[in-house]
Amino acid sequence: MTGARVGSVHPPAAVGRLSVAPAARSALALPLEIRGLRKRYGDTEVVAGIDLTLRAGECFTLLGPNGAGKTTTLRCALGLTAPSAGEIRLAGLPVPERAREARARVGVVPQQDNLDPDFTCAENLLVYGRYFGLDDATINARIPELLAFAGLESKRDARIQSLSGGMKRRLTLARALVNRPELLILDEPTTGLDPQARHLIWERLKQLIRAGTTVLLTTHFMDEAERLADRLAILDAGRMLTEGSPREVIAAQIEPQVVEVYGDWNGSGERAEGTISGAQAWAETHAGAFSRRFEVSGETAFCYLEDAAPLLAHLAQQPGLRYLRRPANLEDVFLKLTGRELRD
Amino acid sequence: MQTTLVRSRFRPPQVSRRFIPVWRRNFLVWRKLALPSVLGNLADPMIYLFGLGFGIGMLVPEIGGVSYISFLAAGMVCSSTMNSASFEVLYSAFSRMHVQKTWDAIMNAPVDLDDIVFAELVWAASKALLSGVAILLVIAAFSLVDTRYVLWLLPLIFIIGVSFGALGLVMTALAPSYDFFMYYFTLFITPMTLVSGVFFPAEQLPAAVQFVASLLPLTHAVELARPLLLGKAPDDIVLHLGVLVAYGAAGFWIALGLTRRRLLG
Repeated sequence: MTGARVGSVHPPAAVGRLSVAPAARSALALPLEIRGLRKRYGDTEVVAGIDLTLRAGECFTLLGPNGAGKTTTLRCALGLTAPSAGEIRLAGLPVPERAREARARVGVVPQQDNLDPDFTCAENLLVYGRYFGLDDATINARIPELLAFAGLESKRDARIQSLSGGMKRRLTLARALVNRPELLILDEPTTGLDPQARHLIWERLKQLIRAGTTVLLTTHFMDEAERLADRLAILDAGRMLTEGSPREVIAAQIEPQVVEVYGDWNGSGERAEGTISGAQAWAETHAGAFSRRFEVSGETAFCYLEDAAPLLAHLAQQPGLRYLRRPANLEDVFLKLTGRELRD
Repeated sequence: MQTTLVRSRFRPPQVSRRFIPVWRRNFLVWRKLALPSVLGNLADPMIYLFGLGFGIGMLVPEIGGVSYISFLAAGMVCSSTMNSASFEVLYSAFSRMHVQKTWDAIMNAPVDLDDIVFAELVWAASKALLSGVAILLVIAAFSLVDTRYVLWLLPLIFIIGVSFGALGLVMTALAPSYDFFMYYFTLFITPMTLVSGVFFPAEQLPAAVQFVASLLPLTHAVELARPLLLGKAPDDIVLHLGVLVAYGAAGFWIALGLTRRRLLG
């Protein structure tokens, strides 16, 4: 049985009842509490003092550039590496001391796919469920709904190698739900996926959140954070730079309006021709008059404003200059806080 | 601080019953390929046994009162057990740890690294036993051995598998890539095979070599397996078993400490 339909963007909709959501939870304990977390490798402090409390049922997103300490924070939270300092409680249990017990109530979608290539989709779920101490009858009863949730019913007996990248991610997500976790931790769940596959993962995560699963996810995609997060924190160099709901963070950190200016500008002749041109020259002479804060990056000037009207009126008089007005978004906050230089 | 870290990495193993599903995972993979796997593990020792057994057997009428091929049978059982366990913890376990990241996936479940490394060790010994049984059946079918004590070979093969599985896991914990394992085979396994009484009695070797051989686990494996296959009770059972178990226990402890350093840093 091979299904051509399976790769489609609209998998079977038999997921409304969503029995993959967590079973009745004790719910008194916070899903995750981190206090003063530090992790040092040699002279480098990868995590430099992080405090984080997850509330039951929310989606919390750690947003940060590569090397910000997101993955290390997750590894510490799961008890997979010992912190240099700080306290962690996962599902109410101290970590790393009782991490093994705590992980029984958590599902993890790792950054790198590590499905078992020797097994079919169904076998992957069965074998993974056994790691949680579940008996085969219990797991086998859950496999159909997990495959349905992942839109992989017709791939039950398919080999992992035959799956597309998006299918592998969905199976990895289904695998993380085999124990009906209270808390789902995802490390860059949509990195490397095409837009269709990303949207499908987001839909599934929204379903889980709606059904009461607490979600902690890391990403460097702003749209992912903006779509999914009830609260988010921006991390850089092992520190949390800001925390709050996406709207709160934007409101607190940045002016509400952004005007991007680019294109040709001949100016008013105050400068010698040829030294600096275009938006950069315009920004140096005029941007300050309209906006308290502006940045020039390459050929584009970014003006951050409370009120865009005066600037727009001015720009309308400048032939050659092109501009784009938009509301400020998370990416603006992110770039303001973490800078524009590359992180490789 | 550095010393407390190192000390904690070499803290005693804490194995839980969760090692069982990890063992079952490996068994399930093996079951899918059981026949080619057993035949593959059988081919090598059989070629040696019959090739050398008949070839050299023409030149050497008998050793210690038995035909050369009967003498060689115990050596082949031990060395193929060693090879089977070693291959499993080197190449296969390294794939699971480093290439496929299977261990990382398992550690996200309520299974600790201690459980995983222990499961790999027990699995390597189990797989060695599965191959060993196949070899014993062939040897018995050709009436090369006295079957009186042959069942004692089963626990012995398992213990030999544990010894070499544990030693191999130390290498796996240190290996940057598959190439690294070549050194282990050419510098350790192959020379050991030549001095441990697999192909010829160790007594004819120079005293210094014999002394070194007496420290190696394969020597003690052969000392137990050979009399058992010839229908006699071995001498110094406690000593030989003690050496094999000591290698297994010390190897496991060291391998676990090194693997913790590698994966839980």
